[in-house]
Amino acid sequence: MSDTADRVKKIVVEHLGVEADKVTEDASFIDDLGADSLDIVELVMAFEEEFGVEIPDDAAEKISTVSDAIKYIDENKG
Amino acid sequence: MRRVVVTGLGLVTPLGADVETVWANLLAGKSGAGPITRFDTTGQKCLIACEVKPADHEYGFDAGKRVDHKIQRQVDPFIVYGIDAAGQALEDAGLVDMNDDLKMRTGCSIGSGIGGLPGIESESIVLHEKGPGRVSPHFVHGRLINLISGQVSIKYGLMGPNHAVVTACSTGAHSIGDAARMIKDGDADVMLAGGAESTINPLGVAGFAQARALNCSYNDRPEQASRPYDKDRDGFVMGEGAGVVVLEEYEHAKARGAKIYAEVVGYGLSGDAYHVTAPHPEGKGAELAMRMALRKAGLQAGDIDYVNAHGTSTMADTIELAAVKRVLGDDLSGASMSSTKSAIGHLLGGAGAVETIFCILAIRDQIVPPTLNLDNPDEGTEGVDLVPHKAKKRTVRAALNNSFGFGGTNASVIVKAI
Repeated sequence: MSDTADRVKKIVVEHLGVEADKVTEDASFIDDLGADSLDIVELVMAFEEEFGVEIPDDAAEKISTVSDAIKYIDENKG
Repeated sequence: MRRVVVTGLGLVTPLGADVETVWANLLAGKSGAGPITRFDTTGQKCLIACEVKPADHEYGFDAGKRVDHKIQRQVDPFIVYGIDAAGQALEDAGLVDMNDDLKMRTGCSIGSGIGGLPGIESESIVLHEKGPGRVSPHFVHGRLINLISGQVSIKYGLMGPNHAVVTACSTGAHSIGDAARMIKDGDADVMLAGGAESTINPLGVAGFAQARALNCSYNDRPEQASRPYDKDRDGFVMGEGAGVVVLEEYEHAKARGAKIYAEVVGYGLSGDAYHVTAPHPEGKGAELAMRMALRKAGLQAGDIDYVNAHGTSTMADTIELAAVKRVLGDDLSGASMSSTKSAIGHLLGGAGAVETIFCILAIRDQIVPPTLNLDNPDEGTEGVDLVPHKAKKRTVRAALNNSFGFGGTNASVIVKAI
């Protein structure tokens, strides 16, 4: 598992209060992890802080699974 | 006429996070005061408060017991305390699992005096240091005063009236009084009613200290700082927590065989029309509220056995006592009167609800809680039983709670044995 994946999963566990083993890479934030649209806004902010990346709103709207987040961060972090 | 009774109680206070623990500690004469641990008090004039204790304390509060982890992160502590106290009250009333019809006849009236001040403070710093794009998307609805009622209704599916009183330090008493009226008017059969507060943060403590309302001269003796009616009192000690009751229409409660603590028989409310922080020097507003509550209850002065005073440990204590004397008589017609703020501090918007619960428990157990630290009673207290230092067993048929708030708002609630 990549370093990015580890850090993303840790943030998801902390913010959504879900069990770590539920945070698989294909888990959907809304359908599988109980998030609502505002929770995703908050998660995206936390990813931006953690990885020093900018995630614009149009890109954030396309992040619906854990792997979407990992992929976006790996492709865009400095 | 529809009558309103109390069938469930919930408390989160500096003396415990469940009703029986709080009541036992209160009757034992314990104090919830201590040095502020929540933040670095460097530069503050007031260094002490009555904090709700952490989960690992002997009588601490475990937020995880009734509030989801995610919600705990998103909302201010006053909402967490309120959700927990509401849950306790519903469990106590045996109303956690309601059918859909009853859910539509059950509402919430849980308010707060100030709301989410700690979160407003911390997000202001985020805004200033990191910019608007870092402000939490949960900022607004995690701080709003009506979001205890909102969260509780969502958690338990309650579709009756959803209301939140904001009347500073009389919020808790107004919440109960207003909710009782909603039941009397037929808007609901069951109401969760009460108040919560948590403003032991740098801005809250500094603000009240600057308003010259907080005790700042007992920083080295926190347990002695809240001393209502004592000559050496010097301002209130800030508390935090929540009190919520289940109010229920009497026939409804009887039909389901509910445990009935007491009846809410009287409610009076008034305005001082005088000053934003100081009470009317003759206590006219307080007197009006008490007289209205007595009249609504159909009771005489001699029927009240216990008064839980507003008694914040400020100069205003004398004014309240004079008003109580005018209503009940110079000897209070034999009633005992104490201020439990001497033990748990001033819970601001939560105070009236928590203290009405103490009135209810005084009726249940036929005992009145003490006024701590009343070493040298002030002038004007002669001939009045202020229950100094120790709880006192006595007959308690009916009890009156007074709550007064900034803006000159007054509320009195009378509860009576059924």
